Amino acid sequence: MELTKIKKFYYLMKLGREFEIKAKQEYMKGNIAGFLHLDIGQEAVSVGSMLAFDKGDVFAHYREHILALARGMEAKYIMAELFGKKTGISKGKGGSMHLFEPKLNFYGGDAIVGGHLPLAVGCAYARKIQGENSGVFVIFGDGATNSGAFFESINNATTQKLPIIFFLENNQYAIGTHITQTSPFKEQYHKVKSFMPTIQVDGMNVFEVYNSVIKAKEYIEQGLGPIFIEADTYRYEGHSVADAGKYRSEEELNIYKSKDAIQQVINKGLELEIDKTWFEETDKKIEKEIDEAVEFAINSPQPNDNDLFEDFYEIDGKII
Amino acid sequence: MLYREALNKAIDECMSEDNSVVILGEDVGKYGGSYRVSENLYAKYGEKRVIDTPIAELSIVGNAVGMAIAGLRPIPEIMTSNFSLLAFDQIINHSAKLKYMSGGKLEIPITIRMATGLSKQLAAQHSENYDSMFCSVPGLMVFAPSDSLSAYHSLKYAIKSDIPTIFLEHELLYPKDSEFKEIDFNPLKARILKEGKDLTIITYSKMVYDVLDSLDLIDLDIEVIDLNILRPLDIETIKNSIHKTKKAIIVEENHKTGGMGAEIVAQIMEKCFYDLDAPVIRISAEDIPIPYNRKLELLSIPTPDKISTKINEWREKNEL
Repeated sequence: MELTKIKKFYYLMKLGREFEIKAKQEYMKGNIAGFLHLDIGQEAVSVGSMLAFDKGDVFAHYREHILALARGMEAKYIMAELFGKKTGISKGKGGSMHLFEPKLNFYGGDAIVGGHLPLAVGCAYARKIQGENSGVFVIFGDGATNSGAFFESINNATTQKLPIIFFLENNQYAIGTHITQTSPFKEQYHKVKSFMPTIQVDGMNVFEVYNSVIKAKEYIEQGLGPIFIEADTYRYEGHSVADAGKYRSEEELNIYKSKDAIQQVINKGLELEIDKTWFEETDKKIEKEIDEAVEFAINSPQPNDNDLFEDFYEIDGKII
Repeated sequence: MLYREALNKAIDECMSEDNSVVILGEDVGKYGGSYRVSENLYAKYGEKRVIDTPIAELSIVGNAVGMAIAGLRPIPEIMTSNFSLLAFDQIINHSAKLKYMSGGKLEIPITIRMATGLSKQLAAQHSENYDSMFCSVPGLMVFAPSDSLSAYHSLKYAIKSDIPTIFLEHELLYPKDSEFKEIDFNPLKARILKEGKDLTIITYSKMVYDVLDSLDLIDLDIEVIDLNILRPLDIETIKNSIHKTKKAIIVEENHKTGGMGAEIVAQIMEKCFYDLDAPVIRISAEDIPIPYNRKLELLSIPTPDKISTKINEWREKNEL
């Protein structure tokens, strides 16, 4: 793997983590409200997948800040959205769970568990008949694999041979319930292996995640139908900031922390003789970028009263 | 022209004008549609644009939303509104909300067609109307046309519009023949089907015919309004009529509690109170699931006899 790629991984993963840490601080200060689902610990999944899947359409769940950053959304517009400001990526109407940017083919930010899977399948269908073969990437958690929408989606995507990568971010917990309490399997690829090829990957290792998505991308571009990737990962924080995560053991958390995704990139970088000072300088740049994002969010205006009725449907002056 | 033929004509014309228009649903393709609405379209436009789907309503609508995001103008068909309940997450949480929660960045131009209403002895899970449920959702436009002319023009308007639309087709109307001519027709306005000066009856869809059939049994000069569009409601036409007649009654096949009539009465109270000479009443379906037995079934909804009896009782009670 070339050094520029490793540097890119590090920059985005560290940016993502620092973004999340800062978001939590701002939440505690009361500048951010509602649900805030942090992606700390899972940076390899978000960054590795997005750098590999650099074309096509992306549909995401509600733990999507780092995914959006890695897709190319600027930190300041995400932070402003978390602050509910007019300058936010969704004009303050979506919040943490609803980041959208069609210019990046990034379609949410969906907060109905499994609810975005049929959208991704429909989009893949459209791309197929439009003659566009870069396909669709859809990411979801282990909880979503128990939903009807999931089974309908793998069935439809396989029947129609659609160009779509189903990416499961298996962090083992659906809010506070362990996956083995709600599924017959610890690993969910068992549910789809009779439908499509499956890849299992260490979700704490960004190189593995990246390579798996590159492989998957090559597969779907051939028009062979969908493919499924399952990443074994872990969130260091609770389900949302409101969740202290008491249902998990310190021991379990430490197993994953001992293979921390960012540390793995640092180790690899140092091994390939990226200078230590590069990491220090990059950290400084990231700190500045995040500070500027917060500054931007703080200084951005609140929406106007009449923004309440904007960005919606109207017929003859009446809101629909 | 038959009602179903008018719908077919509208879809056919839109598909031939615009390649992005596609239809999807259970039995819409080779079979030609459960009510023959999509007859011949499969042969004409092919399997890519006339898509046979599993009988999985969540995905029929969810896939359509994804197609819309990708730039298509899908027309999903649901076999009966009773089955649309399986797709409510996609209809409400996705099609109706995505534009707003993305700060106006996404357009979801879909027209969700569905058969609805009491046909004949199909029992509770195939007979009911959920008109008012759809009408309570911000972001949905709702049509319920009563004849070929209004069905054709309304459907063409809906398909070309960017507003997510619910298109309600009463099952007993499909084989109904009515005069069809290519005229200027405003699908956003209610129609006065018969002018009168004593009483305004506000109705829509199949109940239009029951109301017209009841008129001979009522010794009043009645004005009959066919709403055609339920959201947004054309309250102006209702207001002007009540200003003239001073009295209003709503006839609907919805269940009474929280039905369409409830909303119409509320709007009349807000806008026409000082014009009224008598209380406004609703003649609605009873608040029970629709039974199978024919005698009981007919007792559960308004019929011409029941409409006239209730109106005559109302006259007597209010000394009109």
